[in-house]
Amino acid sequence: MADRLHELVARSLMIDGATVTDDLRYNSIPEWDSVAHMSLIAELEDAYSVMLETDDIIAMSTVGKIREILRKYDVEA
Amino acid sequence: MWRPDLLAGRVALVTGASRGIGRAVAEALLQAGADVFVHARRREAADAACAALAGPGTVRALGFDLDDPAAIRAGFAAVQKEAKRLDILVNNAGILREALVEMASQADMDAMWGTNLRGLMIACQYGARLMARAGGGAILNMGSIMGRVGNPGQSVYAATKAGVIGFSLSLAKELGPKGIRVNVVAPGVIETDLIAATPEPVRAALLGRVPLGRFGTPQDVANLIVFLASDLAAYMTGQVIGVDGGLVV
Ligand SMILES: NC(=O)c1ccc[n+]([C@@H]2O[C@H](COP(=O)([O-])OP(=O)(O)OC[C@H]3O[C@@H](n4cnc5c(N)ncnc54)[C@H](OP(=O)(O)O)[C@@H]3O)[C@@H](O)[C@H]2O)c1
Repeated sequence: MADRLHELVARSLMIDGATVTDDLRYNSIPEWDSVAHMSLIAELEDAYSVMLETDDIIAMSTVGKIREILRKYDVEA
Repeated sequence: MWRPDLLAGRVALVTGASRGIGRAVAEALLQAGADVFVHARRREAADAACAALAGPGTVRALGFDLDDPAAIRAGFAAVQKEAKRLDILVNNAGILREALVEMASQADMDAMWGTNLRGLMIACQYGARLMARAGGGAILNMGSIMGRVGNPGQSVYAATKAGVIGFSLSLAKELGPKGIRVNVVAPGVIETDLIAATPEPVRAALLGRVPLGRFGTPQDVANLIVFLASDLAAYMTGQVIGVDGGLVV
C-alpha cells in the first residue's frame, strides 16, 4: 500500500511519488525550496488538522523527520 | 465602493480587544459585517467584551498571553478549528511602561519586547499562514507616532514600535505575492487606559502640539482600520499611516 505521507509530499512538491523516501531532504532538490516547504506545511496542516509550531516547521528537514514530528501532534502519518 | 456590509463574510481577529482602541476596532469590524474574534490576555475579559458588542457579524472570545509563544499558537489553532480561515488580523495589543532611559528596567524591556514586538511577530507568522491558504488577507499592525519620531521617557516603547514598522514593511514585501497586505497604523495620543498614567502637565503640553485641538478617540483609529482591512484599500500595502490630529512631537 502506498504511504499516505509520501503521496502528500509528492503531490505538494509536484514530483514523482517513486522518488519520495523518508530520507528525502529539504533543499536537496529544486522542487523542495523554502516556498514549496510552506505550501507543503499548509497541506500537512489541512490533511492532519493540526497547527504546527514554527520551530517544528524549521525542524522538518526530511520526510522521515516530518513523520516523527507529526507524532508529537498525535498524528500517525 | 463603500457599502455598509463592507466586510461581510470576512473573519477577523483583533488582539487586545478587551478595552481601548482594540475594543473600538472589534466593534467597528463587527458593524461592517465581519465575524470577529475578540482577544484579551484573559478569556474572561474577552468574554465580557463580547457580551457588550453587537453587530451583524458573530463574535467569539479568545484568551491568551502574547508574551507566551506556545499560548499564541494554541490561540491561532483555535481560530483554525472554529472558523477554518482568517482574513483580517489586527495586532493591536500593546503595553507602555515609561521610564527615563537610565532607569528603564530589564523587566520592562522584556515585557515590552515580548508583547509589542515578539508577540506581534509570532501572531503574524500564524496569521499569514492561515491567510495564505485562503488566497490572501489584510494584516494591520499597531505602531505609534513615537516609533517614528521618539519621545523622552518612551525609548524602549518607541524602539518596539519602530521595530513593528520595520517588521511590517518587510512582511508587505514578502507576503504581497501571496495576496496578503500589511500596513501599520500609527496613532498619536488616543484617550485610553494606556495614557491614563501620563501626568497632567505632560498631557497639557502634548495637547498644545495637536493642531486639531483634541486627543484622538479609539473610534478615530477604528475608522482607519476598517478602511485598511477592506477592499477599498486593495492596492495599499507597506504603508505607515498616522492618525494623530497632526501631532508634532
Ligand atoms: N493610547 C494611545 O495614545 C496610543 C498611541 C499610540 C499607539 N497606541 C497603541 O495602540 C494599541 C492599543 O492601545 P490602547 O491605548 O488601546 O491600550 P489599552 O487601553 O491599555 O489596551 C491594551 C490591550 O492590549 C491587551 N494586552 C496587553 N498586553 C497583552 C498581552 N501580553 N497579551 C494579551 N493581551 C495584552 C490588553 O489586555 P488586558 O486587558 O489583558 O490587559 C488590552 O486589551 C497598543 O499597541 C498601543 O501601543 C496607543
